[in-house]
Amino acid sequence: MKILVCITHVPDTTSKIQFTDNNTKFDKNGVQFIIGPYDDYALARAVELKEQLGATLTVINVGEAETEPTLRKALAIGADDAIRVNAFPSDSLFVAKQIAAIAKENNYDLIMMGRESIDFNGGMVHGMVGEMLGIPSVSPVMKLEIEGDTVKMAREIEGGKEHLEAKLPLVAGCQEPIAEWKIPNMRGIMSARTKPLQVVDPAGEEIATEVTTYQLPPAKGTVKLVDKDNVEELVKLLKNEAKVL
Amino acid sequence: MSVLVYIEHAEGSVKKTSLEAVSYGKALSEKLSAGEVIAVALGRLDSGELANVGQAGADKVIHVDDEKLNAGVIQAHAEAVAKVYQQSGSSTLVLAKSSMGDAVAARLAVKLGAALVSNVVDLPDTSNGYKVKRSIYTGKAFAETSVNKEHKILAVKKNAVDLKMNGSAAPVEKVDLDIAPANFVTEITSTDKATGEVLLPEADIVVSGGRGMKGPENWNLIEDLAKELGAGTGCSKPVSDIGWRPHHEHVGQTGVKVAPSLYVAVGISGAIQHLAGVNSSKCIVVINKDAEAPFFKAADYGIVGDAFEVLPKLTEAVKALK
Ligand SMILES: Cc1cc2nc3c(=O)[nH]c(=O)nc-3n(C[C@H](O)[C@H](O)[C@H](O)COP(=O)(O)OP(=O)(O)OC[C@H]3O[C@@H](n4cnc5c(N)ncnc54)[C@H](O)[C@@H]3O)c2cc1C
Ligand SMILES: Nc1ncnc2c1ncn2[C@@H]1O[C@H](COP(=O)(O)O)[C@@H](O)[C@H]1O
Repeated sequence: MKILVCITHVPDTTSKIQFTDNNTKFDKNGVQFIIGPYDDYALARAVELKEQLGATLTVINVGEAETEPTLRKALAIGADDAIRVNAFPSDSLFVAKQIAAIAKENNYDLIMMGRESIDFNGGMVHGMVGEMLGIPSVSPVMKLEIEGDTVKMAREIEGGKEHLEAKLPLVAGCQEPIAEWKIPNMRGIMSARTKPLQVVDPAGEEIATEVTTYQLPPAKGTVKLVDKDNVEELVKLLKNEAKVL
Repeated sequence: MSVLVYIEHAEGSVKKTSLEAVSYGKALSEKLSAGEVIAVALGRLDSGELANVGQAGADKVIHVDDEKLNAGVIQAHAEAVAKVYQQSGSSTLVLAKSSMGDAVAARLAVKLGAALVSNVVDLPDTSNGYKVKRSIYTGKAFAETSVNKEHKILAVKKNAVDLKMNGSAAPVEKVDLDIAPANFVTEITSTDKATGEVLLPEADIVVSGGRGMKGPENWNLIEDLAKELGAGTGCSKPVSDIGWRPHHEHVGQTGVKVAPSLYVAVGISGAIQHLAGVNSSKCIVVINKDAEAPFFKAADYGIVGDAFEVLPKLTEAVKALK
């Protein structure tokens, strides 16, 4: 059994988002980068499956050299080896092509991703990779069990969940509560330093979409406080001023 | 040439977000002279309900009336939409961003060799190339994105476009498609669905509770207000993590992103990850006993007070309004 987990290298969820160079570049100044929270759920479940089934676990990132500490962290959490496709991840179709190319070479049984990246929030790469490989893609997956070659999953749908089954191979876009985030321990951190991290060149360079400029939303005005003993006033404001009732 | 809009339906009605996508498709077609707006619906659904899609701007509805497509099997939906897209000679596919929409759009981008832009918040600007504005960093920024392919798929963010229901009923054309069994490789074994509730992603008003509500036994206070407002109910992440509320109610960066007209947050501190799920709301009301709670900085209106005192009064005041 071979599992591949796709990892994004994204700004910490508390980061202040800013841009430089006339709003054409993300401002990395003071920003800490982390494993995408959804990818972290996928990784946590993959580590459990690895232990349960004796699988091998590879992590992959499409990104430039700066993402290597994030891949090392995934190794510390429990992946066996890592692949970095050396390219700027400019658009989801491009990223999907890279992942599909590696997957074709290595025949993974299960490809796990996050339901979406938290920088561009596409929620697209899993479906694209599934289509490129001609295998099913399921997202957002909140439970995933493997019995033989059958994958039993629960998928979140608007207002509830759906239980479904499919055969391996499969691509899953994951979210909580599939597993609890794992924090690397000392032994993991030490062993991660020597685990293999392979750097490969990208396959093709066609880019379908490209960001030209970034923009921040307009600043929020200050809050209007209403006394707690005068809630009728709030209802009036919502009706007459905000016009939302 | 035409604009194809993929529409989703649940429990016999077309989703509001899909109607918004149709309105977007109509505005896009008018702006770019992109031809007819054709909506495509998959699975069993009443023709009258489908004709209604015309009011949101569709010139025609193509209905693949195949029971097998009622279940949301992603691959089968992608295959069906691809066929309709090609048969109708469309150049743009529009759909509402949702868990099903994303999954289908992604597979379609590969099938059709199309460029895909997600979280679209505005009509394309074609004054210099083809540029679309989309929301990124979970609503914390926007990116003007240039699209370099002939075929385009635009996944529209909810509440980003005005829903106009000023068109007229559209003709519904039934189409039979031959979807190969190989597309039905995932089997849906059962569904647990909250019925009769206002669905969170669709709700126009949302009332959410956080850890300040102290326990699940107090949620009747949230539900009473929600009921009076016709609202959906949400919660913060710790609340669903501890199991006070179901997971699908969890709002925020790692949960549901809502964009209602009114978001009422009760006993929620306003951590940045929670705000990421609500920052597209039109109006935010915060009720918190701590005047320093960060949520007040993101709010339009606020009450500093104890939720257990304020909520019953607020529910009464809303009732009195009617
Ligand atoms: C990667 C990551 C992703 C995350 N994603 C999310 C997410 O998607 N959504 C999310 O919500 N969180 C998320 N979090 C967690 C987030 O950081 C906060 O911990 C969480 O939002 C806090 O929930 P809370 O406001 O309910 O609880 P608390 O922070 O404990 O706040 C409780 C609030 O209730 C108030 N209160 C207490 N008693 C009363 C009373 N009687 N009346 C009125 N007010 C009262 C308090 O003053 C306080 O402000 C994420 C965290 C991480 C690290
Ligand atoms: N640059 C990347 N490298 C590796 N995996 C990625 C990359 N971008 C996206 N993914 C994976 O695809 C998932 C969905 O991403 P997206 O479609 O961009 O929202 C993420 O949660 C990751 O698992």
